[in-house]
Amino acid sequence: MKQIAVDIRDIRKSYTGIKALQGINIQINSGELFGFIGPDGAGKTSLFHILTSLVIPDSGSATVAGYDTIHDYREIRKIVGYMPGKFSLYQDLTVDENLKFFAGIFRTTIHEHFELYKDIFAQLEPFRKRKAGQLSGGMKQKLALSCALVHKPQLLFLDEPTTGVDAVSRTEFWEILQRIKYMGITVIVSTPYMDEAALCDRVALMNKGSIMAVNSPENIVRSFGKNLYAVKSEQMFPLPGLLATIEHTKAVYRSGEYIHYLNEKDDFDPVLIEIYLRACGHGMIQVHQIAPSIEDCFMVLMQQSKAQKAA
Amino acid sequence: MDQIQAIEVHNLVKKFGNFVANDNLNFSVGQGEIFGFLGANGAGKTTAMKILCGLSKPTSGKIRVAGYDVTRQPDKVKKNIGYMSQRFSLYNDLTLKENFRFFGGIYGLSASEIKNRTVQLLDRLGLGNDSGKLLSSIPAGWKQKLAFSVAIMHQPRIVFLDEPTGGVDPITRRQFWDLIYEAAAEGITVFVTTHYMDEAEYCQRVCIMVDGRIDALDTPGNLKTNHHAANMHEVFLKLARKKST
Amino acid sequence: MKGFIYKEFLHIFRDPRTMLILFGMPIVQVLLFGFAITNEINNAGIAILDESKDEMSIALTDKLLASGYFTLKENLRSRDEIEAVFRKGNTSLVVVFEPQFSSRFIREGQAAVQLIADASDPNTAHLLSVFASGIIRDFSGDISIINKPPLTIRIQTNMLYNPELKGVFMFVPGTITVLLMLISAMMTSISIAKEKEMGTMEVLLVSPLKTWQIVSGKVVPYILLSFINALIILLLAYTVFAMPLRGSLLLLLAESILFIVMALTMGIFISTISNTQQQAMLLSMFALMLPTILLSGFIFPVENMPDALQYLSHVMPSKWFIVIIKQIMLKGLGITYFWKETLILALMTAFFLIMSIRKFNVRLA
Repeated sequence: MKQIAVDIRDIRKSYTGIKALQGINIQINSGELFGFIGPDGAGKTSLFHILTSLVIPDSGSATVAGYDTIHDYREIRKIVGYMPGKFSLYQDLTVDENLKFFAGIFRTTIHEHFELYKDIFAQLEPFRKRKAGQLSGGMKQKLALSCALVHKPQLLFLDEPTTGVDAVSRTEFWEILQRIKYMGITVIVSTPYMDEAALCDRVALMNKGSIMAVNSPENIVRSFGKNLYAVKSEQMFPLPGLLATIEHTKAVYRSGEYIHYLNEKDDFDPVLIEIYLRACGHGMIQVHQIAPSIEDCFMVLMQQSKAQKAA
Repeated sequence: MDQIQAIEVHNLVKKFGNFVANDNLNFSVGQGEIFGFLGANGAGKTTAMKILCGLSKPTSGKIRVAGYDVTRQPDKVKKNIGYMSQRFSLYNDLTLKENFRFFGGIYGLSASEIKNRTVQLLDRLGLGNDSGKLLSSIPAGWKQKLAFSVAIMHQPRIVFLDEPTGGVDPITRRQFWDLIYEAAAEGITVFVTTHYMDEAEYCQRVCIMVDGRIDALDTPGNLKTNHHAANMHEVFLKLARKKST
Repeated sequence: MKGFIYKEFLHIFRDPRTMLILFGMPIVQVLLFGFAITNEINNAGIAILDESKDEMSIALTDKLLASGYFTLKENLRSRDEIEAVFRKGNTSLVVVFEPQFSSRFIREGQAAVQLIADASDPNTAHLLSVFASGIIRDFSGDISIINKPPLTIRIQTNMLYNPELKGVFMFVPGTITVLLMLISAMMTSISIAKEKEMGTMEVLLVSPLKTWQIVSGKVVPYILLSFINALIILLLAYTVFAMPLRGSLLLLLAESILFIVMALTMGIFISTISNTQQQAMLLSMFALMLPTILLSGFIFPVENMPDALQYLSHVMPSKWFIVIIKQIMLKGLGITYFWKETLILALMTAFFLIMSIRKFNVRLA
């Protein structure tokens, strides 16, 4: 049986009239790599603040490793590692000094749990005497992660660790997170990059303070339910507008070099697209069915929730 | 209209002490082109962009932006470009109209020009009735679109966008790119950096910087063919990983 | 805890601006004042009224003038001229030798010199009279070696226009107070606000550290540095400005520590209500620094203020501390004379401590 690491029950929180969280319910299992995926303003940071006991929710409750986030906050603070969204190390201290300091406040030493982060730290090795403020973005992230791991936490909360980080460093960072997970630490990450969802065991898709879906990335993609087509022609600029005029069109949007097309009818025949475009004078037409990505799912879910709200 | 290049860079070198941030860059961007400028953190993107905007002087090289030399005529350059970044946003405690008026004033637009452009740009965003609202009451994604509208308010020849869509939801992100396409169709050159590799595909040409040098510069299609990659993400990883390992 | 304090010291020693405020400021303030005052003393104009004009009085006059501190502006012929010479404004001190100075000195073993100073500038007047007395005592000492029984010169000092020397030494207690306030309250509030601004406070809060540990980790370094600063200023005051220390040094240091702790609790309190360094700085400036300078009696004597401001000055901790310093240093009094002031400071400390602890959130605001 799986053990519950984080149990979130109907959490609500408003800041000066803005509903940051509107009734969140999620159970995260022990040892899971769990991702909260959503754009700015989805409520990811507010939720992390509540789970790390930094903020009290307006209503609802949450437990972390069985401890209540309001009453047992002292216990929680002993067992979690937390990396806030903003780079929050001491820029005027060196790599070594930062690490030593954070080891000190958790009453441990750099060496005690070194095996946890020795791979990460190996890359920092040449810069040990450099001040944190002078490290590159990727290195700062690695140092911050080392500091969050220094006391071997049971759970690791990472709030947007890859925001503003380039694609290469992001990929590396996710490889590191996988390794940490295999060491038995529950890793909870938030990110605005939809493509990173595929690297999590399970994800929650969040938008405007609500959860739109919680599942494994594979299941989320599976529940897309409709056939998605990628369309391309020699005239990409007018293409979306043209496709939108096809009967029963549900969604048309750019995605990389293609336009993604979704029709409401289950028995929609993609040959229609080709015929229609050719009739409109387009050449070099490509239409093929593709597997939806998390981003495709996210957009469809966003539209659905918008439609629900309008109704 | 495409006779004059919007941006011409010849042998751009920028050094900080012994560190070479930009190592002999050569490229040009045509008027009305959407030009993607990619690279890992620390590859020298920001440095080059600052030089192109006239904010920083190159160590050597000849750089013309909007037809003006960036070292000798930085003021002329600044008049003809627009700039927007994820970090730089508009004033939260001013209304939409006041923000437009302020930034229009900076670029020396007349009162009537400001009025016309404000109405025109807000209508395009569908915010025509909200011009009196405080910016702080506008959702995050819309703010980016507003910031872009302000950046092209004075109809610059070139607009520089530094990670304009960071943290924006996928739908709004696409709406943002619709704005970019419209601006480009009006003849504005768009010079954009991004960490979203799908957005690299939206550019007409993409330049990838690695370690201060230009490692690749081509259309997304050619880049994918030449590097045997399925998408731009793979191209980027192949090029940028080469050096870090 | 040890690591926390160590880290705080690293912050302080790595930031040139902080170092400048911590150590540059006291020294610059003291030196600026010192420069102004020594400049005046080096060029101090004196007038001599020599009613005997004999061997000894002339020799002493020469010695005074040779010291380099004094420039002879005028030789007076009668006491009536003293007022007039001060009025001219270029003379700060008049030295009067009594008639038959030499013969009294040698025959009776005791002669008298009168020093009359223009005490409308009390600091200069005090210093000049101290220097002149020193030279005169030196002179009598020289002669005493040759002559026994010992000869003495009786020095009588008159402070004209401000006989009680109101305002003298105000500078030293005032500076100590302002600087301790600045370093303790402003620097701590800024450094705590900095952690909030940089986001590091979030990480500290999500750690097993308790509130009191975070607070004392931030505060202990500043207690030490403030204390060192207090010592530096006292030392400068004692050596450069001849400020007397008539009471107990230990008591003075103990009271200084009380005041430092009081200022620190104010600093913590300010940091609990401000989220950025800028807010903390402005709050400290307007809530602490300006009232300290204006209302504590540092620059304007409290007795001369309108009633309303006098009442207001009662809530200024610095006012009470200045009273305590003066009592110890100038009057040499013991705790029994200012236990009330001490108690007030202690109560204020307790008040701000309780307020800070209540306000200091274990969570984000």
